[in-house]
Amino acid sequence: MNTWERLLHTKPARRGLLMLLLVIAAALAAPLISPTSPDHLDPGARLLAPLSRSAAQPDTHHPGMLHLLGTDSVGRDTLSRLIYGSRLSLAVGFAAVLLGALIGTLLGVISGFFGGIIEAVTGWLIDVQLSFPFLLLAIFLLGALGGGKTAVICVLALATWVNYARIVRSQVLSIRNQGYVEAARAAGAGSMRIIFIHILPNTLTPLFVVASFSMAQAILTEASLSFTGLGLDPATPSWGTMLNDGRDYLLSAWWISTMPGLAIGFTVLAVLMLGEGMREVLDPKAAP
Amino acid sequence: MNASLLNVENLSVEFSTRAGSHAAVSDVSFTLCAGETLGVVGESGSGKSLTMLSLLQLLPNRATAHATRAQLGERNLLQLTRTELDAVRGREIAIVFQDPLTALNPVLSIGRQITEVLRHHFRLDPARSRLRAIELLARVGIADPALRMTQYPHEFSGGMRQRVTIAMALAGDPKILIADEPTTALDVTVQAQIVSLVAGLLEQTGMAAIWVTHDLALLARIADRVMVMFAGRVMETATCEDLFARPEHPYTQALLANLRQAEGATTAVTADAAARGCPFAPRCPAVADICRSTAPALSRAAHGGQIACWAGRE
Repeated sequence: MNTWERLLHTKPARRGLLMLLLVIAAALAAPLISPTSPDHLDPGARLLAPLSRSAAQPDTHHPGMLHLLGTDSVGRDTLSRLIYGSRLSLAVGFAAVLLGALIGTLLGVISGFFGGIIEAVTGWLIDVQLSFPFLLLAIFLLGALGGGKTAVICVLALATWVNYARIVRSQVLSIRNQGYVEAARAAGAGSMRIIFIHILPNTLTPLFVVASFSMAQAILTEASLSFTGLGLDPATPSWGTMLNDGRDYLLSAWWISTMPGLAIGFTVLAVLMLGEGMREVLDPKAAP
Repeated sequence: MNASLLNVENLSVEFSTRAGSHAAVSDVSFTLCAGETLGVVGESGSGKSLTMLSLLQLLPNRATAHATRAQLGERNLLQLTRTELDAVRGREIAIVFQDPLTALNPVLSIGRQITEVLRHHFRLDPARSRLRAIELLARVGIADPALRMTQYPHEFSGGMRQRVTIAMALAGDPKILIADEPTTALDVTVQAQIVSLVAGLLEQTGMAAIWVTHDLALLARIADRVMVMFAGRVMETATCEDLFARPEHPYTQALLANLRQAEGATTAVTADAAARGCPFAPRCPAVADICRSTAPALSRAAHGGQIACWAGRE
């Protein structure tokens, strides 16, 4: 049985994967399944509770639109914003994980393999990064960079690269003394060849686990950054900005903040369950 | 005798430690002729593996090698640039290591690991390197090579893995094959198979080989000449027949006597190549005063080989 099949046989992984696929499907099919445009303002339908309809248009005989999850303070449909928001949350999460993994893996491999000064400098960078309160750094950077999608992705990548660098470095330290690395060297392979063909593939397993956990972390952090108004532009339909929109109406219109909150919880839970399953399958020591 | 392929003179390997440098190999000299199999025998820690590793600059970081000569054809092995080194490793000199369990990368298929060597040294395209790899696997006696190519190391037994590493060593079509105790980690029955496999391959290809082992009996079967090492020094070098029939060095004599009695009842000594005098002096039956103060250099022996012993040299 290969790893993939074993993963599908683990209960949390299967459920997490299913939940995540649901979110991904919603994100991909957003224009098809969302009732209306996420930015469509309807001043006549402000703060409508879930399951209510907006008033019928005077000049047509159509009944008003059904707002399954209600509307916000300017009359935008919550469900539509939620569906479009999944695009941003997933895209930012994936991009941040990818960028963080790339930087972290590269630095981890280089420092583990070559050692010496490079390793000392990387270790120093990791220590600085770890000792610095992340939110403070994020506020500083987003203040300087001015928010926006790219800036948020960069900040999130900056927050997570350390995890990869540490894991990969420790892996490389043990792999570089393996017999097959010496054998490859004896067969004439240069350092780059050894790193990319013999060492990197051997570090992938724990990387996947770390990546799934940082994905959850990235989605959460993106939401909290947007909530505090530091991240994405408040007009963009993202789960974090929606949370922020509903802040003033928590008591009168609970759905505005609750719905994106549930969506965040659902997605993060999905990713974490998938990660937990991966850890179970890939790490023989964690097997029950 | 044929032209010499590899010529090593006064090779030393030193480890630098906090307590100063420590010689693990001292003044090792030997030649290897085309088509010849040189057996290197010695106990654990006698420096035989280090000697071989130093030839390809594969020593651990803290060890350094010096030699007055380490000539492979026109080139000095210890003064190669990085690119020259990558071209010599695997292409001119290939090594088969002791432990086939660790010498293969667990996450790459067998085929990938062999074609990797082919692509690196010959720049073969994927289709041709695949064919060549299948050919190599068939040559080392692996049944159904096309299927086995797609499998991973954990699907192979120890003996089969060692066959794969031998195929990888052959992939570069090297002039010299160094077998660094390739059978030590294997079952006795499998050992015999691997030995006859390599012996057959050497005969077919006319490749020269250095076979490192602590098993003197094994060398009797496959070696043309034998070099006996002890405590980082060469004790005696002779043709296989001479060494077994007329061993001159007291250490060799002791080894052979042990072999005949099939028991290991020699007293242990701390082997220290840096110590003054002959390293074997503490347990040599023919020890003289000079043995304890000065190490004898290699000189011509009565059987035509070389010997490092004061006895009979007054």
